[in-house]
Amino acid sequence: MAFEKKPRNVMPEQAPEVRAHNFEEVALGFTEAQIKDEASRCMHCKNAPCMQGCPVSVNIPDFLAAAARGDFAVAGEIIGKTSSLPAICGRVCPQETQCEKMCLRGKVDGAVAIGQCERFVGDYMLAHKTEKRKPVPTGKRVAVIGSGPAGLTCAAELSNHGVQVTIFEAFHKAGGVLVYGIPEFRLPKALVQSEIEKLCGGGNVEIKLNTVAGKTRTMEEIAHEYDAVFIGSGAGLPMFMNIPGENLNGVYSANEYLTRVNLMKAYLPNSATPVQIGKNVSVIGAGNVAMDAARTALRMGAQTVRIVYRRGREEMPARAEEIHHAEQEGIEFLLLTNPVSFGGENGWVKSMRCVKMALGEPDKSGRRSPAPIAGSEYDVETDMVIVALGTRPNPLIKNSFAALKTNEKGTIVVDEETMQTSVENMYAGGDAVTGAATVILAMGAGRKASKAILEKLGIRT
Amino acid sequence: MNQILKKTRLATNVTEYVISAPDVARHARPGQFIILRVDEEGERIPFTICDYDAQNGTVTVLVQEVGYSTIKLSQVPEGGNIADFVGPLGNPTDLSEYKNILLIGGGIGAAVIYPQAKALRQKGMPADVIVGARNVELIMYEKEFRAAAKNLYLITDDGTSGMKGFVTDELARLAVKNTYDCVFAVGPMPMMKAVCDLTAKLGLKTIVSMNSIMVDGTGMCGGCRLTCGGKTKYACVDGPEFDGHQIDWNEAINRGRTYREQEAAHKCRLTGEGR
Repeated sequence: MAFEKKPRNVMPEQAPEVRAHNFEEVALGFTEAQIKDEASRCMHCKNAPCMQGCPVSVNIPDFLAAAARGDFAVAGEIIGKTSSLPAICGRVCPQETQCEKMCLRGKVDGAVAIGQCERFVGDYMLAHKTEKRKPVPTGKRVAVIGSGPAGLTCAAELSNHGVQVTIFEAFHKAGGVLVYGIPEFRLPKALVQSEIEKLCGGGNVEIKLNTVAGKTRTMEEIAHEYDAVFIGSGAGLPMFMNIPGENLNGVYSANEYLTRVNLMKAYLPNSATPVQIGKNVSVIGAGNVAMDAARTALRMGAQTVRIVYRRGREEMPARAEEIHHAEQEGIEFLLLTNPVSFGGENGWVKSMRCVKMALGEPDKSGRRSPAPIAGSEYDVETDMVIVALGTRPNPLIKNSFAALKTNEKGTIVVDEETMQTSVENMYAGGDAVTGAATVILAMGAGRKASKAILEKLGIRT
Repeated sequence: MNQILKKTRLATNVTEYVISAPDVARHARPGQFIILRVDEEGERIPFTICDYDAQNGTVTVLVQEVGYSTIKLSQVPEGGNIADFVGPLGNPTDLSEYKNILLIGGGIGAAVIYPQAKALRQKGMPADVIVGARNVELIMYEKEFRAAAKNLYLITDDGTSGMKGFVTDELARLAVKNTYDCVFAVGPMPMMKAVCDLTAKLGLKTIVSMNSIMVDGTGMCGGCRLTCGGKTKYACVDGPEFDGHQIDWNEAINRGRTYREQEAAHKCRLTGEGR
């Protein structure tokens, strides 16, 4: 195929030295001219490989064609057919391993910036509210547990088909990981709020905050009261290393640190929620959450922030973009290094004993497994530690409801086709089923479950 | 939003709140806790449930005004609303395997043992109760305990009510005369530690309720973690009650002090008091 080479448009960003000291969004978004130009780079490949890379199969070529014409409302409608939260996905999806990875231009002059185009269209849709067609009420009622990406998507799909949905959220604010986990500078909370308001605007989605399923209401009561239940309770239980000194003051889970700063707004002067301000911060782990925690600590006023990771650069699980942003902002990387204990003074963490690691043969996950180098221990000074080694599903629902089957990792067992659990009319999806994964996979699961629920309730889709 | 239906000042810095929360009241059991937020800028603060009434849909908590948020709460009038109220969280107390229980409450922790005293009375096996406080003003729920306890023993640091001394002094006296099979103690951590030190020597099983720092109260943040029997446990989902002899008390007391400096700074911003 002969075509003119045309490099990918670069999204404008706040300069690293500026953004390292504020909580405003890092990426500034395309201009209208930029998105039209970028969208026109789509070659409209016959079999649309990009769509195969998308967990919710957004019709990417069609929405890009509309965007290239400047017809953003139509572009939004096309995305909206399969994705409920485009302004969010455009920001936090790992496009480089999904749609953009499959883009044929990728090998020539750079994949089409699909995520950034989606972000523009998503923002446009929020700014230009269109009247949604009211679906015919079906009289059916479904309970959704958890208001994170899985629950919100499932609720949106169900309500679009005339189902009355009640979302039960344990926190005082809706959004799940979108509000407690992902920081403001990567996903502005006002935007999450707008997406949620849009969802509830139709009148047939109600969110009950401060309601812990299994505690404030029993699962039996919920199951009895509704025609079906979707559990999207996420994977909220932080993992620790179980090494000496881990319970010293100044050692946080990433969940706690990010929740204090994001959800409880500890970064604002009028927040009543305190958070420790570390000067010399160590973040253990190298996933997206670790990058979020490290960059948050920097913005909270740390002088030094380092990522400590037992494997090498290639193995870091975070998105390339997040690692790049972190590096630009001055986050240090202590790779092939593993903490073995923390040392304290007056009950506060003051140092971290580390051991150097070497990579051996690839393990089950395909990543080379690290092994400690004997005699390589050394001490690193640090006055705050954030452990970001992943999360497991919260056993709270399972513990209160024995009929719900889970596997040894604590994830809910479902039928992969229908997302139905071991309990009749009870479905589950997202991190509660897969263990910690991505926003878009959770949305995909919420969508899949909504289809099965609609079918089960005899509602035509 | 949850309405404060009744607000009673029990001591200079202690207020009892009866709060409308029908779902919580319906599911609450003795030993569980709630988390509330006073207003939109408020922090999430946990309180153990002192009483609940499923029929009237109310939950009672006792709050000592010690910092920014508790002072802010005390400024909400009766009939006013607080932003958030969630629960019941944690596991209910299970004292079913014990026959002769001694309940010990220190300070406003005494209010937390009240539901146990009441439940044991209802079961036809009323318990001996020790209530200790700094002075007579801080003795909580005396009348209620008189009705619920088998014998009530009051003890104050200054002797203004009951004996003069600490709850451990009374415990030492009672343990000689009685054959308890379990002590259930709630109060400030140093008090619970002192009780456990003594009962360990006496070989007397002791259960305590941990009032750790927490954010969500559902297992998410790990802020409330403590070491029990050499293992890390979460006060919110594994507790709040633990075998007091298994707890690493020095660590727990230290973790409870995490935000002491910020708390002091925050409080003086509100009250104008010097630090």
